[in-house]
Order: sequence, then C-alpha cells, then structure tokens
Amino acid sequence: MSAAGSSPPVLELAGVTKTYRVKQGLFSRPKPLQAVGGVDLRIRKKDVLGLVGESGCGKSTLAKILLGLEAPTSGRVMVDGIEAAGQDRTLLARRIQPIFQDPYSSLNPRKSIEDIIALPLVVHKVGDSAGRAQAVSKMLDLVGLPQRVRRGYPNQLSGGQRQRVAIARALVMKPEIVICDEPTSALDVSVQSQILNLLGDLREELSLTYLFISHNLAVVEHLATRVAVMYLGRIVEEAPAADLFAEPRHPYTKALLASVLTPDPSMSVPDTHLGASYPNPIAPPSGCHFHPRCAAVRDICKTVPPPHVSDTKGHVDCHLYAERTQAA
Amino acid sequence: MSEEPILAVEGLTIDIPLAQGTLHAVRGIDFELNRGETLCIVGESGSGKSLTSLAVMGLLPKRLECAARKLAFRGTELQGQPASAMRQLRGNRMAMIFQEPMTSLNPAYTIGDQLAEALLLHRRVSKAEARARAVELLGKVGITAAESRLSQYPHQLSGGLRQRVMIAMALMCEPELVIADEPTTALDVTIQAQILRLLVDLQREMNMAMILVTHDLGVVARVADKVAVMYAGEVVEQGTAKEIFEHPSHPYTQGLLRCIPVPGRTKPGEHLGSIPGIVPSLIGKVEGCAFRTRCDLAESACAKPVPIHRTQGGHAWRCIHSDTERVPA
Amino acid sequence: MARDIDTLAEEIQGPSPAAILRRRVFGHYGLLFGVTALLIIVALAILAPLLAGHDPYAQSLVARMKPPFWMEGSDPNHLLGTDHLGRDYLARLLYGARISLAIGLIAAFISGLIGTTMGVAAGYFGGRVDLVVTFLVNVRLAMPVVLVALAVVAVLGGSLQVVIVVLGFLLWDRFAVVMRSSTLQVRGLEYVNAAKAIGCSTRRIILSEIMPNILNNLIVVMTLEMAHAILLEAALSFLGLGVQPPTPSWGLMISEGKQMMLFEPWVIAIPGVALFILVLAINLLGDGLRDITAPENRS
Repeated sequence: MSAAGSSPPVLELAGVTKTYRVKQGLFSRPKPLQAVGGVDLRIRKKDVLGLVGESGCGKSTLAKILLGLEAPTSGRVMVDGIEAAGQDRTLLARRIQPIFQDPYSSLNPRKSIEDIIALPLVVHKVGDSAGRAQAVSKMLDLVGLPQRVRRGYPNQLSGGQRQRVAIARALVMKPEIVICDEPTSALDVSVQSQILNLLGDLREELSLTYLFISHNLAVVEHLATRVAVMYLGRIVEEAPAADLFAEPRHPYTKALLASVLTPDPSMSVPDTHLGASYPNPIAPPSGCHFHPRCAAVRDICKTVPPPHVSDTKGHVDCHLYAERTQAA
Repeated sequence: MSEEPILAVEGLTIDIPLAQGTLHAVRGIDFELNRGETLCIVGESGSGKSLTSLAVMGLLPKRLECAARKLAFRGTELQGQPASAMRQLRGNRMAMIFQEPMTSLNPAYTIGDQLAEALLLHRRVSKAEARARAVELLGKVGITAAESRLSQYPHQLSGGLRQRVMIAMALMCEPELVIADEPTTALDVTIQAQILRLLVDLQREMNMAMILVTHDLGVVARVADKVAVMYAGEVVEQGTAKEIFEHPSHPYTQGLLRCIPVPGRTKPGEHLGSIPGIVPSLIGKVEGCAFRTRCDLAESACAKPVPIHRTQGGHAWRCIHSDTERVPA
Repeated sequence: MARDIDTLAEEIQGPSPAAILRRRVFGHYGLLFGVTALLIIVALAILAPLLAGHDPYAQSLVARMKPPFWMEGSDPNHLLGTDHLGRDYLARLLYGARISLAIGLIAAFISGLIGTTMGVAAGYFGGRVDLVVTFLVNVRLAMPVVLVALAVVAVLGGSLQVVIVVLGFLLWDRFAVVMRSSTLQVRGLEYVNAAKAIGCSTRRIILSEIMPNILNNLIVVMTLEMAHAILLEAALSFLGLGVQPPTPSWGLMISEGKQMMLFEPWVIAIPGVALFILVLAINLLGDGLRDITAPENRS
C-alpha cells in the first residue's frame, strides 16, 4: 500500500467552506446555507479522487471552487503548494481544467470545433495561428476524433464526440488537474465506456490528476484510486478506493454502496434502510448531520458532532470509530 | 395458455414523417406480458423504447404513424378504439409513471387534489372516499404523515417524494398494467433503490403487470422477469433476465454488457469493452440487421432479412448466427 | 497509442449550421415575402433620384391635385399624381421612403445599443446592476411614448434629427427586457462556465460566448422596434410635431392630405399603403428571422 505522504499533494484543500445566503420568503432575513463545510483534501499526482454523494451534497460547489468559479468563504486551496485562492484566474486555468456533464450545453453552438479547442490558447496567447492549428490537430488525434470534424459545429456531432471535444479543450493547455463533473452521466452506455477508457488512457499518457465527481459508484470504483464520500457539505469518509469499496466504514458509505445495482439477475433490489428525505441544508440536523437516516444511530450522534478519525488509510467522521480508536 | 396475457403486441411499427423522409423509429416488435410479470425494455437513446411505451398507452403524438398486427389489452384490440374508450382505460386499467416527477405533476394543484382526481374521473366515489384512498396509497408508497401531505403542492416535496406521489397516483385505480418510463433516472442512487424496491413490492402485492423502460442494465437485472433489448427500433433479443444476463446471444447485448464496469468482474482501471460506431439513420428504407455496421461478426448475409432464433425457454434473438457465444468476449 | 480509433468510423452527422439556415430560409414564405418587399423598398429609396423624374420639392401651381394614373384626368408625367402644391406624388413617396427607413434604422440602432448594453449587463452581472436596470425599465415603461415624444419635440422643435434621437432614446425598453432574459438563460449554460474556467476575460465572455447566442433575439427585437419607430414618426409627423414640411415624409403626406381625404381619398391611400407595406415587410422579416434562428429541434 502506498503511504499517503510519499509525494507532495498536487492539490490540497484545507478547511474549505462555502456559505451562501438564501432568502426564503419576501420579507424574511436571508439564512446561511453551508454548501461546503470545512473540507480537507489532498490529491497526489496521477491520483483519481472519486467524489461521491447525493445531489445537493455540495460536490458541484466544491468543483466550482476548485475551478475558481466561486470563491471559498474561508479555507485555502493550494495547487503544488501555492495558494490558489486570490490568484489571477488565468494562472489557475493553466493548471486546472474542467470537463462538464452535459456535452450538449458545454460547447458554444456558434463556434466551430477548431475554435472551441483553440480558445484556451487564444486566451492565454500561446503560439501563433499556425501553431494553434497544429495543437488542435494533435488534440483531435489524442482524443480519437477525425481531423475533418475541426470545421464542423457542435450540433453536427454525437454526444460522445462532443464529450471528446470538451476533453480536447480541457487538455490543450496541458493542465495537471482535470475536474470531471459527471462526465459520462449524460451519455449512452456504449459511449460511456469509450469516454471512460479515453480518460484512463489520457491519465497514463499525460500523467493527469483527476477529481472525478460521479453518482455512479460502479464507474467510480472502476476509475478512482481514492474515494471521498460527501454528505451535506462535509467529507464523511475518505480512503483508497479498494479499501473503501471492500470495507466501507461510515454508515452512509455503507448505505450508498448497498444501493448500487450491479447487473446480477439473481439478486433483487436492496433495502437500504435510509430514510427517504435528504435533510434541508438550511437547517441541518444537530450533532452528526447523518443521524436521522443512520441505521447505527446512538444518543451521542444526536447532539455531538462526530469526531474526525484519521489513520494511515484516510479518515472517517463518525462516533462509532472514535470509541474504537480510544479503546485500542 | 390458461390465462389471456394482459398485453399482447405483435408487429408494432411507428413511423415519424420528417422533411427528409420517413423515420422508421419502431420496426415490427412483438412482446407479451402476463399478470404479475415485469418486462424491462432496455436500450440506448433513439432505440424506440419510449415510443413503444407511449404507443401502448395510446399517447403518441398524432403526427406519428403507428400500426400493429395486434395491440391487445386483456384480449381487447386497442387500435381503432374511440378516444373516449382509451381515456377510460388510461389511468384506470393501465397507468403510466414518467421520468421527470417535477414536470409530470401539475404545480397549481395540491397533491391531494391530483390524487383524488385520478379516482373521481374513473370511479363513482365521493370526494371523501377519494381522499381516504389517497391517504391509504400515500402510506403505501412510504410517505409519512400522509394526511398532512394532501394539502401540499408539488414544489414542497423533494424529487424522491414526488416520484412516490407519481406512483401513488398511478396506482389509485388499481391498474392491471403499469408502464414506468425511466422512473428513477432523475433520482439519486439511494432514492433510486428505494423507489425500485417500492415498485417491485407494490407490483407483487397488487399482482400487476409492469413494463419498465430503462437504459440501466443494473436496474434491469434486479427488477425484470422478462427483458426485451431494443436497438434501432427493433427488439434484437428477448428472454428471461437470467438468460439475457448469463447467456446474452445477440452481439449487441453482449457488447452492452461488456461496456459497463461491474465491481468484482471488471478490473479497476482496465479498458472496458466498447461498441464502435454509431446508431445508423433510420430514415428511409432500413434493411437487414441494423447492428451490422457496428458488429464484429457482421457478414454479407447480415444485409438480408435476419432470422430469429428461439430456444424452448422463449429466449429469442435476431441474428444470422445461431451460436454467438463462441465469440471471444 | 492505444486509442479508440473506432470514432473514425463515425461520420459527421447532420447538415452544417449554414445548410440548416439555407433550408429554413427557402422554406419560409413569410420571410421571403418580407425580405423581397423590403429589398424593393430599399432599392426604390436609394434609386429615388433616378426613378422619380421630378424634384420632390418643386411646386407647380398649374398642376395641382392631379389624380394618379388609374383615374380619369391623370397626367402621364405624374404617375401618382400631384399634391395640393403641385409636387409630384411619386417623387415625394420615393424620397419619403428614405426618411422612413433612416428613422427606422437609426432609431432602432440607438435604442438597440442602449437596451442591449443595459439588458446584457443586468443579465450577466445580476445583483445591483440588475436592480438598477430593472428599475430604469420600469420607469421607462411608465412613460407614455407618444406623449413624451410630443413634449420633447414641442420643446426642442420638430426636425428629422430630433425625431430620430427622441425615438432612439425612448424605444430601448424591449431590448433591455429581452436581452436581459436571454443573457440570463445563456449565462447559466456550461460553455460559459467552461470559458470562465479557461480564464477568459469578462469582455470576451460577453462578446464571444454570450452575444453570438443571443444575437437572433436582438435581430428580432430590432425589426419590431424599426417598424414601431417608423409608425411613431408617421404619427408624430401627422400631428405636426415630427418631420417638418416641406420634407417629404409619409406621415406628413397623410397629414397634408387630410383636408382632401373625403374628396380625393388617394391622397391618403397612397402613402398609407406604402407605410402599411413597409411595416408589414419588416414585421414579416422579424417573424421569419425568429423562426429560422430558433434552435434546431433535437430528436
């Protein structure tokens, strides 16, 4: 097992918090909504960190913070040990690039494929027009698109081809980190596998680091080297992928894994024992945010926030494990 | 057959007239569904699976041309029935659950009104009786404090709760056939499992027949009794869930199963299988096997009409090869 | 390199945007009619000195109130007859087209510039900017256009320039409202986020990511406001507060003919029909543009 400290993290988040103020009624005072609460994360080079959680858990907000589209309310984001928050967005853009979920809305319909892929080069004033054209050709080869699409427009391409264009645009500046926000969930099954294979190959070839956000746990298990589970703005468990899937520790992780439907006709639909409702993030439950839905809930969970239990593998925020480590 | 099937479809075709020509969206599909059975129609976008379910409900847009040798609900031919007769059936004997619970509920009416309406439309009951039935069903679909939910509006409910309300609404008149079109696609994994569990339990309890339209092979494996795999407007393979997943016989089904990562079966990080190419255009005349442009086993014979192979167990696939399993996976 | 070259087998599907546009243009008869009529009017206005054969200002007391060619007693020298001062009606009509088109184009351009700037800013930046713009739009909507125009023209005196500027500064409300909502819609799309993540400046995002995608709405509003401005100019001129005599303007021609209306209805009918055809052509063009630039239906 590779130790967590073997290489310095290429991306590090320390206590990142994002609070929005939301108005609920016309005359009520705005209330704070903590979309992301005190997230600590370290991603090492060539790692694929899978970020999983239900919709509204804050994973997309976290991605926006990393991309510089939102500023964190507090906390630090560091790229290669250099503080990124407050930096010029253009500097960050060379190192972190996104791939979005919906390839139908992530490409400007009025621009040719060539212009879309070359845009980052134009913005950052890299090379002359001949050099850019060459870079576009290289990117098309890299993502497995025929050269003739370069004069085409997004509406002429299939969903999978569009997603390849989005990948080409993300990689043309040779970033180190790619934030993949549900990159395959809008695609058909047969296309999804092509894109996953492509992302895997590109990671090997270009030594990329991925933050891979997905609700499809089978996909995360397939691609991720480490997995972080988010619930109501917090990362409740983080561990190497193999360990997390083999031996989930947090009750929420267990419930998530139990609801994965593997294509096994001998099994029926699992009973997850999770209460139906995801809590309102404006009024999160007291103590451990997960306690109203937890199968292993105890009295202490209702009042005391769970401790942060770290070990060599990763961490888990849960009262169950605090006692065990104390007892040991 | 001792009992008549709830639904029998033979040679269903759906054509869409377009400026560029006629798009043959569904091209001669057959299936049968008995009481208490679940049929999963699985396919990728554009395979015609949703159109098929709409055709059964008689909800296809008028400009689409739909024809079938047989489209019978409990032995009664549905084609040629007057619109009023179809309305009597819909929501009463057969019901539909849509993908998007947000848009399928009317935001201007309370949950209670919408639930009661389904019953008041088809049954001679009082408003109080309809309300009582609504409360009963909300309880059944796992909604707590059902009584107080009746006066809520759809926007006050979460996505999972809304989908439960949709299910309750579909079941108000105890239909014999429920068609669910991607009922869990818009929901989180945890909620998806709960909703599917609920559908399966209710289906058993009420002994309904169910058609579940989905692209998710995991859902199919866990829910289906029978599976119909659709590709480019045709059912390319049909059989029990066990047969489809353990002995997939059509190259397309085999390809699909290789495409998805399966924990324990596929090694993390390794290449997944893929199906090269894209779905062919269905505009104009379509001949032979539509999958031949993407198939490893394609031969010149594939361009001619393709035979259907059947086993005794009812497993059927449409391919020139009678034994495709010799193909290295 | 182990890449899925399988996509090489994929063909580029579907026609290019240019081909779609071509197909739509030639399938839209309203648009074709509007464009043709408008082009003819523009050509007539440009070629007025060649076609008119008369000076639109030249009066002739001996040739007053000559009827047009389809009536008895017409003069082959004056195809559309002459007005009460003996000026050639065809010449005045052709030169009047220049006035109407200039007013429509320039007023719509000025108001388009004002309204688009405000609307895009409000939609893109939101917050305070949005509040201010929304407030200004509401203020503007509370003002009755004709009355304000009348008041301003009454104070400053009527002239072509004043009418153009007044209309330009009064007709921006629809631009602001439409551009604001279109910007809001486009701003939420992921390609705008992608551009931000690339490091594009705000200026570039607005000009090259947002504007091209809301241009169709802008053009449609532009045509509507052009027609609106042309009608308002006619109304103001009719009331004597717009373009001043002897400038040939269609509104003025109607106004000057109103005493004769009962005896010689053609005096009003000719500029009236011209006005009707121009406004109809512009509106058909606008409708057509909206239809052909609508996003292609998927599936």
